[in-house]
Amino acid sequence: MPRAMYQAGSLGLALVFLSGLVLLAGASPLNVMLSLWSGAFGTLDQFARVLATLAPLMLCSCGLIFTFAAGLYNLGIEGQVMLGAIGTTLALRVFEPMLPAPLVILMGLGLGALAGVLWGLFAGVLKIYGRINEIFAGLGLNFMAQGLALYLIFGPWKRPGIASMSGTELFNESLWLGTIGKTEASPIALLLGIVSVVVTILVIRGTHFGLQLRAVGHNLRASYVLGIPAVNRLLGSFALCGAFAGIAGALQVLAVFHRLIPNISSNLGFLALLVVMLINFDPLWIVPVSFFFSALNIGSLQLPLSLNLESSLAGVIQGTIVLFALFGQGLARNFKNEEMKG
Amino acid sequence: MQVELQHISKRFGPVQANDDVSVTIAAGSIHGLLGENGAGKSTLVKILSGFITHDRGEILLNGKSIPIQTPAEAIRRGIGMLHQDPLDFPPLTVLDNFMMGKTGGLFLNARTALREFRDLAAQFNFRLDGQAQLSELTVGERQQVEILRLLSLGVNTLVLDEPTTGISASQKTALFEAMKQLAAQGKSVIFVSHKLEDVEELCDRVTVMRQGQVAGHLDIIRPIPPDLATRLVDLMFGRELSMPAKPATFQEETALEFQGISLKTDRLTLTVDRLTVRRGEVIGLAGLEGSGQQLLLQLCAGLLHPVQGQLKIEGTEMAHKPYQAFLDAGVSYVPADRLKEGLIRGLSIQEHVALRHPNPGFLIDWREITKLAQQAIGTFSIRGRPSTLVERLSGGNQQRTQLALMPVPLTLLLMEHPTRGLDIESTLWVWQQLIARCETGTTILFISSDLDEIVQYSDRVMVFSGGRMSDPIPVQALTADKLGQMIGGRFE
Repeated sequence: MPRAMYQAGSLGLALVFLSGLVLLAGASPLNVMLSLWSGAFGTLDQFARVLATLAPLMLCSCGLIFTFAAGLYNLGIEGQVMLGAIGTTLALRVFEPMLPAPLVILMGLGLGALAGVLWGLFAGVLKIYGRINEIFAGLGLNFMAQGLALYLIFGPWKRPGIASMSGTELFNESLWLGTIGKTEASPIALLLGIVSVVVTILVIRGTHFGLQLRAVGHNLRASYVLGIPAVNRLLGSFALCGAFAGIAGALQVLAVFHRLIPNISSNLGFLALLVVMLINFDPLWIVPVSFFFSALNIGSLQLPLSLNLESSLAGVIQGTIVLFALFGQGLARNFKNEEMKG
Repeated sequence: MQVELQHISKRFGPVQANDDVSVTIAAGSIHGLLGENGAGKSTLVKILSGFITHDRGEILLNGKSIPIQTPAEAIRRGIGMLHQDPLDFPPLTVLDNFMMGKTGGLFLNARTALREFRDLAAQFNFRLDGQAQLSELTVGERQQVEILRLLSLGVNTLVLDEPTTGISASQKTALFEAMKQLAAQGKSVIFVSHKLEDVEELCDRVTVMRQGQVAGHLDIIRPIPPDLATRLVDLMFGRELSMPAKPATFQEETALEFQGISLKTDRLTLTVDRLTVRRGEVIGLAGLEGSGQQLLLQLCAGLLHPVQGQLKIEGTEMAHKPYQAFLDAGVSYVPADRLKEGLIRGLSIQEHVALRHPNPGFLIDWREITKLAQQAIGTFSIRGRPSTLVERLSGGNQQRTQLALMPVPLTLLLMEHPTRGLDIESTLWVWQQLIARCETGTTILFISSDLDEIVQYSDRVMVFSGGRMSDPIPVQALTADKLGQMIGGRFE
């Protein structure tokens, strides 16, 4: 059986499973679908929120394409997003009094990217020189980033008078990225997302660097024997992913929340992991799948009101689809091996 | 327990690893299994101990046919195997390892186990600390732990696969004493080895295997008759060697020079006092796998670094330079395991060509790369297209791809088993290419377990055994007998 059949089959199974789940929760699958649709696309504002989520999600997915290409499970991407947001907040706070607003925003993006790079390299150094699996290194660094964000919000950067979970003081509106009309969608953020997808496709498919990353990811030892600077490439992929994640974090501050909040990453890093696993590491699919996942996220927000369901259903749907897709891929591979043996 | 293996056959893809093998091991005896690398010894004992299932034949224990499918079943039937690379748990303590595999009961009874462990250890004069962490033990001590573990599980037939590689002389003595003691208790020992002297010292009877078949059985009578070694070597390598077929390609200049080099790994210590290799020369490295040949190649490749000594390539001191410096000096290493170390599974021929591009810019010019790949495919008669993934190529075509990827010009070419798994036509073709390289001044060092290949294509041959290395011998001065003796560990 061709792979496409397995994929279609696993998607079908995922839908059956999800329908069963929704029925168990006492709702009708059709209503849930309609509600998700209207939640995401019912009004212009809602659609704009989908686009606002899409930009950082695409950036994170691009970053993860590089680490996955090098054979790394960069679970530290959440922390890299948070550090990006922290870096951006720092830049805005420092440069606001001395520079014109557009330059402050640029500094914010730059420092966000830089902070993400550093946090990514941190995971890389732990992996390569400390022999700590990048999954554990990444998770540990996520906790540290979260701690740092909380410390800043409740400590040095607390709002005058009250420190609270709602985050730091709102930035001056001149430091907000421009949006389309009065919606939340920022054309600059979207543009950054699209550009990074194009760059990612180009680098992975058309450059020696991208090919070497894939070589290192497929076979570290053989790459080394062939003369590829393997350590350098591994660190490079961490740094690149950190840069993309850092910019995503910067956008969360500049375009979405306009301040630093404890949950500044909105779990977009983890969501991007799901995106990249679902598209089997092929950057061509980043845009449609990220869009679909963003729509699910936003669409689910009105589930509690319309159907009295938890909005976390979006996460359940995303996770289920990815798990079934991976399961289908695994089955297809097993089946092929059997065929080759026979 | 008397163990009989009758008409055992086992095939791995195109390789007939065991072909109608019958061996009987008497109770209370130490039975040697001797043979060249790849003769099928390990396959046979792995079948007996349940690690591999056989295609045909049967296993009889005390005359009764018993199907053995898993290692656990083999142990229940009283057969335990000590692997060449210990299959144990280094992060756990000695006692934890000792208790591993014991059945029955929900809770571990460490105190009883420790007492049993100490009693058994004392019985064999093994000095082991139950509380020590296994990873801190030497290979020889880990073997001792494994032997005690198997005995405590009630094993009465012990299989040892190349147990004397990498252990000290005193550990070897202790091991041999323990085995003799076991035999005296009526237990059987199967001793797999390629070392003549170990077999002579220890075994009551020996079965020699060659190319998957039994070449013969010999009883070892003490005192050892003087012609025993020759008879064993005849059985192991019993054939006429091919005639040297290589034209002289060496020049007078020195390409490679070793001085006082020593290299240590967990298992072996390799020392090279002095060695010079001329430009354009081919040196064949003979010996059983893991005797040190690979260390020498990786040393020359810059993948391993010596503890001390000098290594000069074309007059430049290289011993402690990084791998990249070796690549820059025109050294190329072609590993035996093509898909593990040589080529990258998941990438195509043209992607490999791009990876090997001498001056990579930022962007890949895929049109140029495809053209280069097309050329390589033509020149090296590779059956595949530029976009074919390397794992889809046959073994011969993978080897051709590896050759096609080698840079031009080359100073030093280091090859492991250049023609393993290739048909005769490809073999001849590969060597034509290699000899053409030598004529342009490339020096070749290669490992092969095919003695014919060594004799046919080398200018000089070095024989390795247990980390010892012979001086290079001109190929005209070699005889099958001499080569076999040296491979078996007798350097004179």
